[in-house]
Amino acid sequence: MKWCVIKIFQRLFAITAVIGIVAVGMCPATTEASQRLASIAGIGDVMASQSVSESVRILEVGDQKEYTRIADALSAASDGDTIRIHTGTYREHGLTVDRRVAIFGVGRPVIDVEEKGEGIRITAGNVHIEGLEIRNVPTSHSRDLAAIRFERVSGGKVIGNILDNTFFGIYLARSHDMEIRDNELRAYQTRESVSANGIHLWNSDRAVIKGNVVIGHRDGIYLEYVQESSIHNNHVEKNIRYGLHFMFSDDCIYHDNRFENNGAGVAVMYSRRVIMKHNEFVNNWGAASYGLLLKEITDSEIFENEFSGNTIGIRSEGSDRVKKYRNRFHRNGWAIRIMASSMDNLITENNFIDNAFDVSTNSRQQSRNRFEANYWDKYSGYDLKGDGFGDVPYRPVRLFSLIVERNPMALMLLRSMFVQILDLTERVMPTITPETLVDEKPLMREVRL
Amino acid sequence: MIGKILKYQLRDVIRSRWVIAYVLFFLVLTDILFRFGGDGLRVASSMMNIVLIVIPLASIVLGAFYLYNAREYIELLLCHPVKRHQLFWGMFLGLALPLVAAFSGGVLLPYLYNAASAEAWRAALMLVFTGSMLTVIFVAIAYYIALRFDDRIKGLGLALIICLFFTIIYDGIILFVIYIFSSYPLEKPVLVLSLLNPIDLGRILLLLQFDISALMGLTGAVFREFFGTALGMAISLASLLLWLAVPVIAGFRRFLVKDF
Amino acid sequence: MIQIRDLNKKYGTLQALSSVDMEIEPGRITAVLGPNGAGKTTLIKSILGLVKPDSGTITVDGIRVNGESRYREMIGYMPQLARYPENLTVTEIVEMIRDIRKSATGTGSSSSRDEMTGPADESGTKSGLSQAAGSDDMSVRNGKAPSTQKRDAHGETDLELWQRFGLDSEKDKPFRTLSGGNRQKVSAVLAFLFRPKVLFLDEPTSGLDPVSSSILKDKILAERDRGTTIILTSHIMSEVQELAYQVVYLLEGKIYFEHSVGGLLDETGQPTLERAIAVTLDRRLEVPAGAGGAS
Repeated sequence: MKWCVIKIFQRLFAITAVIGIVAVGMCPATTEASQRLASIAGIGDVMASQSVSESVRILEVGDQKEYTRIADALSAASDGDTIRIHTGTYREHGLTVDRRVAIFGVGRPVIDVEEKGEGIRITAGNVHIEGLEIRNVPTSHSRDLAAIRFERVSGGKVIGNILDNTFFGIYLARSHDMEIRDNELRAYQTRESVSANGIHLWNSDRAVIKGNVVIGHRDGIYLEYVQESSIHNNHVEKNIRYGLHFMFSDDCIYHDNRFENNGAGVAVMYSRRVIMKHNEFVNNWGAASYGLLLKEITDSEIFENEFSGNTIGIRSEGSDRVKKYRNRFHRNGWAIRIMASSMDNLITENNFIDNAFDVSTNSRQQSRNRFEANYWDKYSGYDLKGDGFGDVPYRPVRLFSLIVERNPMALMLLRSMFVQILDLTERVMPTITPETLVDEKPLMREVRL
Repeated sequence: MIGKILKYQLRDVIRSRWVIAYVLFFLVLTDILFRFGGDGLRVASSMMNIVLIVIPLASIVLGAFYLYNAREYIELLLCHPVKRHQLFWGMFLGLALPLVAAFSGGVLLPYLYNAASAEAWRAALMLVFTGSMLTVIFVAIAYYIALRFDDRIKGLGLALIICLFFTIIYDGIILFVIYIFSSYPLEKPVLVLSLLNPIDLGRILLLLQFDISALMGLTGAVFREFFGTALGMAISLASLLLWLAVPVIAGFRRFLVKDF
Repeated sequence: MIQIRDLNKKYGTLQALSSVDMEIEPGRITAVLGPNGAGKTTLIKSILGLVKPDSGTITVDGIRVNGESRYREMIGYMPQLARYPENLTVTEIVEMIRDIRKSATGTGSSSSRDEMTGPADESGTKSGLSQAAGSDDMSVRNGKAPSTQKRDAHGETDLELWQRFGLDSEKDKPFRTLSGGNRQKVSAVLAFLFRPKVLFLDEPTSGLDPVSSSILKDKILAERDRGTTIILTSHIMSEVQELAYQVVYLLEGKIYFEHSVGGLLDETGQPTLERAIAVTLDRRLEVPAGAGGAS
């Protein structure tokens, strides 16, 4: 807190030095000091990125202010202007931002769309939107109505907004180099057909999406044809379909996100060179649900993630050359379900703990994936050599998991004595489980993460 | 009067070696699991397998043995002004309660001194509840058998067979049915089948605690409805209670008219 | 004292008792005899209420035996093989039986004989009782069985046998550690403890040493003299001859004959009961039921 204040004062000082006393002078005395400081700090950001030589105006919107409607301020503004929207509820919709302005909410003003259309559409580059609350964007079957939509722009920031009960939340179409940070998005639909995505990116490269909270949408974060973007530190929860839905998006990285309790988990599809690290995939339950679905993902890395309490930790279909290491799989129904269509994957140095099934596969054919040096809590071998690796190989595919594969209902017998005896006999004399799906040197101790 | 009979029963049973062994068995096992495996949740989950095998077996065997050994004692007490129904409850609770206490104590004590988390406690209590129910159910079955068959070899044999049947054979049959009729919609029948076996019931109750994430992988609306809601819990509990009531009442009625 | 009318009991296809009619008079010792499987045990257990007959009635001192537990207050039973909870000490077993009697009806141990005659004996006050019983507990626990006279004065439990068997030395031992003879002694003490009006003794002296055996026999005769009705079974005919007034001989669930011991000896002219019975069976004498008792 103290640090914050100092920082703000520093900035305040810098701004004052650059643009003179004008901005401060125009601040209405009625606003709280802290708000004033914060918004001025924001202005500083924008101003700093622009050339100082332009004549800059600040347009005030609010009750008994220069403008009472946001739309009026927007049409009056010119490139480089700042629009300050003060506390209050603005019943406006279909706002268009077609010039380079910065829009700040002062004391969290509410824009209530009243189910009449979209919220704000931005068609100019480097627009900054911060501190607003936008409500009640209606479901539409013909139009992608969003609270904030960027259309064919380059650069721009959406920071610290609250989007409540919206169809789409933040929508980026053919917009590059965007930053979407610290927003909170909530939707309340319960059916997939009438809900839309929280943060939706289409054909938009080099985006940074961080620190957002996305709850209750169809897909929490949706990326399609997005390159070289980073998605990190987001909290994505209780979305109807996927927490993160990721298609045809190469060279992206996502890390330190938490995906919890989403309908079908996280789906990463048809992409190359994706890095997934430090994420948490938690409690994604359901018949067709998983922590992480990999579909036709190649040359990617998945490491140091936590998969906990998911029906399936990772489901891998047609994904090749994916390296999964140093992940922790804990209390999942199936830790890894690797389909026969996946090849040349390396699974190493992961911890498998308390999963009902560690690994399952849909085929008894020879596996073309390597399991090596993982820690399996069900491993009961010994290490006489003392090199830290068990002397006997571990077979993570249980006979019972093959039975369940064919007859899902047999799952009812999980942990029954009968099934344990079946598994034991198979372990002693393997005849049915795939011979090559084996960890030749299982770790004796958990990998320290 | 039930209280008086119970008092002396308890005094007798508590001093017997097998009850002490029974406590120690669970105590040592739980303690070892804590030492080797860490958190209380894992311990409860590991104990689940043991509980589902050991408790039915121990309860039915001890129950049958106990009642066979108490035959002369029952005759003696019945020559005193004791009503048969009082004696029955005294004898029944006199064994069931110490067994439940021994098992619960053995399992829960390590939770106390290992300062387990709230979640672990919940799992442990669920485990103890299920184990206790199974104890009482299998003691009741044992009593019924011992009252039905005067020949103790026959009775003990039958007790073992019943135990074996419910622990292993029954599940084998379910799996067989699932395989044979795999092309038919079997959700409901399979669900009903597992409700008909107290051990399966206990297992499902515990699976709802420990392996819910796997169970949610079951396709089919019936399962999702059953496992996804409190309904499953309620139905399992109700069936378990029914499983308790049937042998107890059967044994009780037999006790009232039996020739000793 | 005990009336049995047309008593029938079948175990599966085996007719354990068929149309048994019998009357046992008060204040006498009746021996129920017969080969193994003749129905002796079934008969006694029927009177005790342990076995439920298929048909027929049994009344004990005017109370019908049909699941009604209260009449058992006037009954003492010494089984052939007594087994009590293994881990209870002798003291605790005595305490337990007393406890159970006490709480059974609220009268129990302190009821005098006269009060016990009918179903109307619920009138005893509980507070007085439990006090009295309390003092009993103490004495047994301390191992000092007070004198019989003192007991009589209280009109309470009878610990004469406890004393004469010298059970004080065994009082803190768990039941499972007792020898067969000591178990039998404990069983005898408990049978006589509440001064029952009717006593059932199943092979009472088996397993007892000669000294204890004669102590027990003395006690049986003394009780008879006090007016107790006693039914016993035994394989030792000299014992029966010594104790019993009459014998009831059962064969295949029927009363084969019923005769006074004296009459039987006179009629057969034999010196011992054993021989007298052998002769009687040999001759296949048909003695009408009840005729023997009159002579």
